[in-house]
Order: sequence, then C-alpha cells, then structure tokens
Amino acid sequence: MNATPVTETPAEIKNPEPQRGGGALSFLRAQLQQSLAFATLVVLLIFFSFASNNFFTWSNISGILLSTAVIGILALGTTFVIITGGIDLSIGTGMTLAAVMTGIFLVNLQLPLVVGVLGGIATGALMGFVNGVNIAILKLPPFIATLAMMLIAQGLALVISGVRPIYFSGVTGFKNIALGTLIPGLPNAVLILFVLAIVAYLMLSKTILGRYTFAIGSNEEASRLSGVNTRKWKIMIYTVAGVFTGIAGVVIAARLDSAQPQLGVGYELQAIAAVIIGGTSLLGGRGSIMGTLIGALIMSVLINGLRIMSIQTEWQNVVVGIVILVAVFTDSLRQRRSAS
Amino acid sequence: MTSRKKAALLAGAAAVALTLAGCAGGGSSGGGGGSAEAPSGDKPYIALVSKGFQHQFWQAVKEGAENKAEELGVDITFEGPASETEVDNQLTMLQSAIDKKPDAIGYAALDPEACIPLMEAAESAKIPVVQFDAGCNSDYPVSIAKTDSLGAGALAADHMAELIGEKGEVAIVGHSQINSTGVERRDGFVDQIEEKYPDIEIVDIQYGDGDHLKSADIAKAMIAAHPDLKGIYGTNEGSAIGVVNAVSELGIEEGELTVIGFDSGQAQIDAITNGLMAGAITQNPIGIGEQTVQAAFDAIEGNTPPEVIDTGYFWYDKENMEDEEIAAVLYK
Repeated sequence: MNATPVTETPAEIKNPEPQRGGGALSFLRAQLQQSLAFATLVVLLIFFSFASNNFFTWSNISGILLSTAVIGILALGTTFVIITGGIDLSIGTGMTLAAVMTGIFLVNLQLPLVVGVLGGIATGALMGFVNGVNIAILKLPPFIATLAMMLIAQGLALVISGVRPIYFSGVTGFKNIALGTLIPGLPNAVLILFVLAIVAYLMLSKTILGRYTFAIGSNEEASRLSGVNTRKWKIMIYTVAGVFTGIAGVVIAARLDSAQPQLGVGYELQAIAAVIIGGTSLLGGRGSIMGTLIGALIMSVLINGLRIMSIQTEWQNVVVGIVILVAVFTDSLRQRRSAS
Repeated sequence: MTSRKKAALLAGAAAVALTLAGCAGGGSSGGGGGSAEAPSGDKPYIALVSKGFQHQFWQAVKEGAENKAEELGVDITFEGPASETEVDNQLTMLQSAIDKKPDAIGYAALDPEACIPLMEAAESAKIPVVQFDAGCNSDYPVSIAKTDSLGAGALAADHMAELIGEKGEVAIVGHSQINSTGVERRDGFVDQIEEKYPDIEIVDIQYGDGDHLKSADIAKAMIAAHPDLKGIYGTNEGSAIGVVNAVSELGIEEGELTVIGFDSGQAQIDAITNGLMAGAITQNPIGIGEQTVQAAFDAIEGNTPPEVIDTGYFWYDKENMEDEEIAAVLYK
C-alpha cells in the first residue's frame, strides 16, 4: 500500500503540515489509519447489535457517549502531548484535583458558578504549566515529571478535600453542565466532548501551536535549530493538555454531582490507550484528533458491549487489553512498512 | 534512534502495560497515607494498619478508634494503602508497624494468607495483635471486631425480595470479586435469594471497583441489557452511588427499579431521602474502630478480649433513618 519511502526532509520539518506532511501519500496513510480505526468501530457496533437486541437503542448509545465524555476529553488534551513525543501521566489525578478545587470554589467559598468552573479549569492549566516548565526548562523526562505530578495531584486532592467527597447539591445548575440537555436527548457532557474535539482539531491543524506540536514531535532538535522556540511551545502544549484536564475535572464533578477525591488513578492510562488506538504515535510526530475521538469511542463501545452481553468483568479487561495490543501492533506494522 | 525517542518508546511500553493493570484493578499506584509517625510518650501505643484510609468508611473507623483512644488515654496511629488492591504495600506498612515496637497492633487483612509470616514476626516480637474488618488465617491474633458480611448480604436480599414482591430479575454491582467483604456481601445476597426466593433470578453480577463513574456505566449497561430488571444491589458506597447516578441519569421513575445500597455517606443518605434508593445496609464503622482499640487495650493490660466482636449491621431506609440507634452508626 505504501511502498514509496517517505522520509523526513528538513523542508518538511520547517513546514510540517499535520496530516499532509509528505504530500498525498502520507495524507492517504493518515486516512488509512483513521479508516482502520473507524472500521473497527463500525464492526464493533454491528457485532454488538447482533449479539444483543438491547445494544443499539438510543438510551444505550447515549449511555456509551456519556461514558466516553470524561476519558475522551482527557484523551484530546493528551493527544497534543503525545504528538510531541511526550507523555502526560498526571491527567487522571489532575482531573480529580481540578474537581476538588471546583468544589472548594463553589461549595466552600460559595463563588459564582462561572468563577468556580473557570477556577477548576485554571487548576488543570496550572498543573499543565508546571509540567511544561519541568519538562522544557528543567529538562526532566516527561514520564518522570508527569508521574511526579500525578502523585502530587493525588495527594493534594486528598489533603485539600480532607479525604471527604465534596457535594454540589446546593449549587444550582452545576449538575446541568454534564447532565443537562441543550440538545434534547443528548447530555451536555457529550456536547462538550464534541465541541472540544472540534476546537482541538482546529488547534492542531490550523494554528501555529498545532504546527509546532508536530514539528517538535518529528524532530525537536531540527525545529530548535530552525528557530522555533521549542521550550515556549512545549510549555504551551502541556498547558493546553492541562486545560483539557481541568475541563474533564469539571465534567466528572458535574456528572457525579460531587468531587470524589479518591477517584482518578487509572483514568490517564485509559485516555492514553484511546489516543494510541486512534493511531497517534507514541514516538511523536504523528496523530490526529479524529483518531483519538474514534479511539475513545472504541474503548467505551467495547466495554459497554461486553457489559451488555454480561461478560465477566475479568474477561472484559482481557479483551480490552488485546484490542490495545492489536491496535498498537498494526500501527507499528504500518510504520515499518512505510519506513522500508 | 535518539535517546528521547528511546525514552518515549519505553514510556509507551510502560503505559500500555500499566493500562492493562489499570483496567484490571480500577488502578492505583502511589503510596499509602494516614498518620503513621510513632508518637513518643509514656502512654501505651497502638499501631492500626487498615485496608485503606480514603473512603468514608475507613475515615469513620478511624474516628471511632481516635475517640476510644482519647477515652482510654492511649496513643494510636492509623494508616492504610491508597487502594484495597495494594496487598503488598499494606504488608510493608504492617512490617514497619512491627518494627516500631508498639504495645499492640490492630490489623485489617487485605489478604488472609499473605499476612501469615508477619503475624509470626509480631508473635516473636511479643506484640499482641487484634484484628478488625477482615482477619488473617493465623492463630496468633487474639480478637477480631467485624461485621458479619454474609449476614449483611442476606439481609439486603430479604429487603430486596420484599420490595419487588418476591419475583423478577435483579442484578448486583459489586465492588470486588477478590476481597472478603466484596465476596461475602455478594455471596450472602446470592445464597439467600437462591435458597428462599425461587422466583427471583439474579441475571447479572459485575464489578466496578467501587468507582462511582464506572459503577454508573455498568448499571446503565445492565438496565439496557435487561429491560425487565426489578432491582439492583450495590455492595459498597461507590457501587451503590453509581447505581443511583445511573437511575437518575436515565430518569427512571420512582418505584420502577429498586436500588439497595451498602454503608452510608452523604450521597446515599440523600438518595434514600429523595427516593432514588430504597434503603441500604449499614455497618457500624465507628463501633469497629472503638472495639478494636478497646480490644487492643485489653490485650495490653493482660486481659483477654472476646475472640469475635460482632459490631452489627442494620437495614435503614426513609422510615428509620432518624432513629437514634441508626443515626448513631451512619456517617456523612
């Protein structure tokens, strides 16, 4: 399929067009990965529809979409980071800290709804900014810097909340952020996910931040030598991921109508898995928002379908694990083919 | 390949490996917590090693232990791992508790076998051990303060049967298929239904690790898969609240689906008050904490505490929630 070698030339690095990098061929390649993921999603939907009469109902589909919202929003932000060749492990517990801070602002300090929500998002942004500084200026490996932030956020969420959930029952309208229906029948959390996906898509494909995200991931040194302030952009990119983490924190708090300080560990890995299934390369330089969205949907359709079929929880995990392996394997196979 | 790319690859491999672990366990990493510095003083010192500290239940146990400690004039520390899957971390905590040479140890076993060598270590250090919540398969500990979880599960089954008219489909959202409370609360329920209510069918049992969000998604899938479902039993606070969230998100009308929960906490109390949940089984976590410290104190004084202290369990609903006996064991 992709017999012609596509190599990274300096010209490409100077002008790395997200999904069009090497011209028509690599555009096709990107489409192929997405259509592979998309085909997987369609196959899963058809399979589960036949396996159970109760799968393809609007109530269940809307349930699947709602269960995709939190992980999906986390995955969107992480896509930027992973395209730079980095990783962000702090998004799961960071989400929880953002939720707890939203609770502090809205419940303990009684601030107006908008201020509290923005405060929660700012908490995420601040964590992302600190990650970015640690990685870009202090030169810590992203894995370590964000692992540390994951633990710090987990601890702070417990300390600040006093190891107790914070309930939003007295905050009018907060729950509607996730569960209201601006579009009848569709929970707002799902709407937020789709709107954010469009925003992330535009940022990645139409803005200079998006360009440099790919440039840093393709060849950071070359980008730096050609005059890109890679430090500044890396800080920006981790901050963007932090903003998405903050939004996810607000959404999960709104859905549960409470900030649960012990939640969050493990969510980052599900988000990363969604990004990888969606075809974004852990080596950096390649990835797409559409892929991530499809990846997140594949995960939640798979889990929901297995639950509908009453497959034992233990086996559900095995199946999800195998899907991740297959996704990453086909991706690396494709990479090798295009490299040879 | 640059070293950065190698690192990225390594990170990726680790992330994927961790994902599997994460999916499997609901995931948790990082150390434990609680207050664990050994106090220095003349007062007797009791080190409590719990199954956890983050959940409201453990906070209530801790509160009971602290109250009793103050009353008896002893010092205590209370610590536990971040999640109830961290058997190894908990053993490390128990080992350091033994190393601190306290006057007594209170211990809640995450795994009944893994703790045996450490019980032998405590024995050779001549530190008396009392247990709470879940025991270790060792003869050394002198006492255990706990809830009869099988009985509690059976009580949940009786109320479920009564509420749905002794026939129809029910399902369980469990919090663990491994640890003893998860297993016994489920088995107590299942056995009672099978024995006494032939017209009730348990159509599905799934596990959400006590994660509110995961449990809500599980409950929604169950309701979708079994349109005739009459009731769902959530085996701990997070599971039960997950079920309540599912019911409220789906806009199911009161009385169409009977939800029974376990333990208390503000959210469950609210759900019962506003009718989303029919009722729940509560244990007596403050009592567990108090009795554990009392038993440890007895052991230090050279008295023999009772071998098994049943701290009791109760059904509570809208009707009896305000009763003195019930209100005393509910925590918010």
